[in-house]
Amino acid sequence: MAEHAAAAGLYRLWRNGLLVLIFALGAWAWASGLLPTMIDLWDDIVYLARQHIMLVIISDGLAVLVGVPLGVALTRPALRRYGDIVLQVLNIGATIPTLAILALSMSLLGIGDTPAIFGLFVLTLLPIVSNTLAGIRAVPPHLIEAAHGMGMSTRQILLKVELPNAMFVIYAGIRTALAINVGTVPLAFLIGGGGLGELIFSGIALNEFGMMLAGAIPTALLAILVDFLMGQMQLWTIPRGVNPLR
Amino acid sequence: MIRLDNVTKVFPGAAAPAVDRVTMEVPEGEICVLLGPSGCGKTTTMKMVNRLVEPSSGKIFIGDKDTNDYNPVELRRSLGYVIQQIGLFPNKTIEDNICIVPDILGWDRTKSRARAEELLEMVALDPKIFLKRYPKELSGGQQQRIGVLRAIAADPPVLLMDEPFGAIDPINRAIIQDEFLKMQAKMKKTIMFVSHDIDEAVKMADRIAIFNEGRLVQYDTPNNILAHPKNRFVSDFVGSDRTLKRLQLLKVSDAMMHDPPSVRTEDTLATAASLMEEHGHNSIIMVNATGRVRGFVALTNAAGKKGKVGENHETLPTTINVTEDLRTAVSTMFRHDVTWLACVDDDRIFKGYVTLRGITHLLGEAHRDG
Ligand SMILES: Nc1ncnc2c1ncn2[C@@H]1O[C@H](COP(=O)(O)OP(=O)(O)O)[C@@H](O)[C@H]1O
Ligand SMILES: [Mg+2]
Repeated sequence: MAEHAAAAGLYRLWRNGLLVLIFALGAWAWASGLLPTMIDLWDDIVYLARQHIMLVIISDGLAVLVGVPLGVALTRPALRRYGDIVLQVLNIGATIPTLAILALSMSLLGIGDTPAIFGLFVLTLLPIVSNTLAGIRAVPPHLIEAAHGMGMSTRQILLKVELPNAMFVIYAGIRTALAINVGTVPLAFLIGGGGLGELIFSGIALNEFGMMLAGAIPTALLAILVDFLMGQMQLWTIPRGVNPLR
Repeated sequence: MIRLDNVTKVFPGAAAPAVDRVTMEVPEGEICVLLGPSGCGKTTTMKMVNRLVEPSSGKIFIGDKDTNDYNPVELRRSLGYVIQQIGLFPNKTIEDNICIVPDILGWDRTKSRARAEELLEMVALDPKIFLKRYPKELSGGQQQRIGVLRAIAADPPVLLMDEPFGAIDPINRAIIQDEFLKMQAKMKKTIMFVSHDIDEAVKMADRIAIFNEGRLVQYDTPNNILAHPKNRFVSDFVGSDRTLKRLQLLKVSDAMMHDPPSVRTEDTLATAASLMEEHGHNSIIMVNATGRVRGFVALTNAAGKKGKVGENHETLPTTINVTEDLRTAVSTMFRHDVTWLACVDDDRIFKGYVTLRGITHLLGEAHRDG
């Protein structure tokens, strides 16, 4: 079962990788001179890719650190009735265009990494909070009752029953959040956040196709890699009994 | 022992109490079935025992200790609890599900895992196959069994079971009920068992508590409830076939005529005839040297005839074991179109006989003065 799913995951990686490769080769043929450009820009690519990854890790990490506990808190008896309100606020927030959020973030916090991280954090928060909330709410009440009836404490019920049974949905939220995040990071360049967006936007501005692709291709590869890693984590770290993938 | 003393529960905003001044006692080692229509307060009564619901007034004792003197979480750890929806944790293996209470009580892992293995063997589920499985990989009946094992894992003296076999098909339910009764014969736990099914109650209970609208209407042995329903509500609830249901509660040995006359193969027909006349019977059982039933001789074939019994007997259409219930006995009589049956023990030794008249008499007697 598990090997099967892993194989399917690998296959997907290969297929996606292959598509990107074909695309890249075609683009390269069309805009000959890409390879030299990329080699010229190699140091920049590595530097910016690292910056790019840091932006993802920090903003998404913060979103997980805030979003999961927030989602959990909104399922506790004291805060339960605010759950829907918070979700609605976050949902309205999600309808604001990404660029507008970054612009707002910049107008609040100025130019640089901080507003970029903050903007990305806000964007990724919604799927994490809403999936945590939905995942825990979906744990059948009779499981909670059985747990209470056997003398588990509220804390034990959260850690041993509610979270494990909601884990798949929470992971799915984090996976969605990462996908949004990785795809949005290039825009962070616009408010001074750095990352591979710098190559893409400079390439467009200077009408240098090679430079643009030198930013776009690693960005695409990164998105695929991150999704693959999340998929593998989802596959391996969630117990078989509650893992639809196994 | 579980004792409820004038216990009442009024849920906030409810017009009438869900449980109304209930006083009852479940004696040590007995199964008490709380029986009644849906919404009559059975579950609420049970949940007040482990304080999942706090009583509005009244006291509940386990042994001689007031449940209010316990920390609720610790109280629950000391009482087994089974619910209709089973509630196995899908994220845990069968082994870990069974060991939930031992684990929170901090038992040594080797000890608790050995216990899980032993429990699985008790219900004939191969530990090698099932310990590492997840609940979703089990059938409904298997999950139900694990639900019960989980409740008894830490060996609590008291079990609370809320319609524990309610979610399975009738055939598997009967099997699990029998299996559970066998376990209970060894465990001797004090059990409060909720059911809405009179047949299940009659089968499982040492005592039945009949509830209606939060009140305890009648609390007695199954036989007495069926024989003497206290009022219209109880007699309607137990059903118009309550006398037939009583047949299940009584054993062949209860209605059997003991020390019956019998003849041996080598006896003469004259001996047989005089024995029958003496007892006013029109047939007599023939046994071999070890006392096993071999057949019977009819009076019409023996009176005034010469010869040995062994050469003039007829074969019996059937016999019945003394441990069978009377329902089986009556059904056997109807099937073979006879009005009496020879009763034998497990070694087929002749023990006595039951007659249809004797059974009718027994049921009528209990109605009059039981
Ligand atoms: N948590 C609760 N809050 C309010 N009313 C309840 C609650 N639990 C049960 N009740 C009410 O109490 C009555 C008895 O319920 P219950 O004990 O579950 O009945 P039973 O188990 O006999 O079907 C019902 O009228 C039910 O609606
Ligand atoms: Mg109920």
